[in-house]
Amino acid sequence: MRPFTTLTGPAAPLLRANIDTDAIIRVERLVGTARESMGSYAFEIWRRRPDGTEDPDFVLNRKEFRGAPILLAGPNFGCGSSREGAVWALAGIGVRAVVAPSFSDIFRDNALQNGLLPVELDEAAVRAIAAQVEAAPGDARVTVDLEREVVVAPDGTVHPFAIDPARREALLAGLDDLGLTLRAGAAIAAWQRADRVARPWVWFAAAQQSDMTDP
Amino acid sequence: MPSRGRRRPLPALTPRDYICRVPSLFDKLWQAHRIAPAGGGQDLIHIDRILLHDLSGARALGEVAEKGHAIPHPELAFATPDHAVATVPGRTAETFPRGAAGVAMLREGAARHGIRLFDLGQDGQGIVHVMGPELGIVLPGLTVVCGDSHTCTNGGLGALAFGVGSSELTHALVTQTLRLAKPKSMRIRFEGAFPPGTTAKDAVLHAIGLLGTGAGAGYAIEWAGSAVRALAVEQRLTLCNLSIELAARMGFIAPDEAVFDWIAGRDFAPTGPAWEAAVASWRDLRSDDDACFDADHAIDAGAIAPQVTWGTSPEHVIAVDAPIPSPDAAPDPARRKAWEDALAYQGLEPGRPLAGTAVDWVFIGSCTNARLSDLREAAAIVRGRRVAAGVAAWVVPGSVRVKRAAEAEGLDRVFREAGFDWREPGCSLCVAANGEAVPPGARCISTSNRNFIGRQGRGARTHLASPAMAAAAAVTGRITDIRKPF
Repeated sequence: MRPFTTLTGPAAPLLRANIDTDAIIRVERLVGTARESMGSYAFEIWRRRPDGTEDPDFVLNRKEFRGAPILLAGPNFGCGSSREGAVWALAGIGVRAVVAPSFSDIFRDNALQNGLLPVELDEAAVRAIAAQVEAAPGDARVTVDLEREVVVAPDGTVHPFAIDPARREALLAGLDDLGLTLRAGAAIAAWQRADRVARPWVWFAAAQQSDMTDP
Repeated sequence: MPSRGRRRPLPALTPRDYICRVPSLFDKLWQAHRIAPAGGGQDLIHIDRILLHDLSGARALGEVAEKGHAIPHPELAFATPDHAVATVPGRTAETFPRGAAGVAMLREGAARHGIRLFDLGQDGQGIVHVMGPELGIVLPGLTVVCGDSHTCTNGGLGALAFGVGSSELTHALVTQTLRLAKPKSMRIRFEGAFPPGTTAKDAVLHAIGLLGTGAGAGYAIEWAGSAVRALAVEQRLTLCNLSIELAARMGFIAPDEAVFDWIAGRDFAPTGPAWEAAVASWRDLRSDDDACFDADHAIDAGAIAPQVTWGTSPEHVIAVDAPIPSPDAAPDPARRKAWEDALAYQGLEPGRPLAGTAVDWVFIGSCTNARLSDLREAAAIVRGRRVAAGVAAWVVPGSVRVKRAAEAEGLDRVFREAGFDWREPGCSLCVAANGEAVPPGARCISTSNRNFIGRQGRGARTHLASPAMAAAAAVTGRITDIRKPF
């Protein structure tokens, strides 16, 4: 996983509430699309008009915000489907951090698994940053600093944010969960040995299964 | 405030931190699966069941292979194709050609690792959240994950079940665990009794309208109260299914004798002494008296009318006879804009009730409402009537088992004779990932769970409702209040 430390760049304001993962990437794009290619379909229901041409008014089509590494969004960002393709699509258009008042829990975890930082700031702060960005499109720069756990607005205002400490460490170091957990293999195996005695019915399916595997 | 030499503010202590040591159902479920602290506020949580479908499941199996990992407990994983498969009678994996690769990957991955697959045309195949409970794969007190946000459905049996992305699914397959921070706990009680015509679907839509789609973010929800205890088991699955539409990853109901009876004898349920031990243990799966919750809501069950969504978020929901809200009445400018956009997309005017609005499509199906009792509820309305002229009406049973049981009692004939399409099991028009879609601009009343823009097809207009409400709209051609003669 690519480490995330600090990032400065344009921030695209997309302050709708409840931006769902169906809007970020349509389900039919999940079928047979490599994750590296999903960026071309990010937000296509808003980026493209019904005839397939780009809607020049959509914020991510404006030249000041095309390729912006930071997305400013409304509350409950990433709600709906658990599709990790939503994160891959955002990464595919260069987004490395989303700043919003709240996130869907599944989207947040998916983002963190891919080095994309979900930053929670209160709604007033997100709106203030968006207003500054809109006032100076193309010039305004926002900094997301994971080491200091702050977002710096274009006017220099510092907005602290909180993140789960384990996730922060993993992001800073670029470590993924799997590598860490594989080191705990002995503890997991010991727990499972005890569990087979304590909750035999959990493991009962295994016995049934072995009878049914070769019908 | 004087500096304490910390950059991060400490979270405020809640009264619970001082006084509450009485465990809730959620506390018990979490504790029972906690292998060890994983550092930084996370726990290493054991995952008892992994369910795989042809989109995220196929991808995760591919990732496991790519990275060269083993799957140590294939006997705890189960697979079935449901998302990108056609539901037309006689379908194969190739009927929807773009979905065929996912099904093939699922088949190959399952075979490679010895994971039980319920394939197209086989007994057991179905929408993953219908298949898991009906085969006894999902049991009370188990942790269950699937690469699908509606995994919370399984909480209706008292399981701690939740959706994950492909990366976490891979992690679960390879380690049988996840690293998770424990969510906060919320209880939502429906007290009293639901009126005639009001189902679990109406109850949960009403709760979402009341609390908002973001209300459950960061929480695990226990659904409780006298009206919930009185729900049939399949209705409990429907109720828990929409927990995610409140932004809660997990939703569950304390299991009771009705659940144990429902599970007994199912294919993968324990038998003999293991069954006795299981039931004895499951009887403790409830919140102790005086258990504390980080948030607690009570809703009057008796005041809930049949619900229909009017907009493009599940929180855009009203009673069927209530007026469509005006953006002028929105609580803030952001929602005013959202309501205006939603009304424009849906082609609706504020001030009028939804009842009477003409529909073009009717979809009875999905992990929300495609179980046998849902089909019975719809068939009771349809029996002896005809689908209105110009309306396309589909029934997509939730699984092969549901389909066969429905056919055994003649429900397929009721639907077919009325002019419905009777199709093969799958997700179909709930998510439109299989080439089946509601056409642009068409209005569909749907028993599914999401009315997002384009969810049922580009430009499709969705109204979420119960099976009975969808069936009534099919025969009248209009959104219809089932409490009145029609």
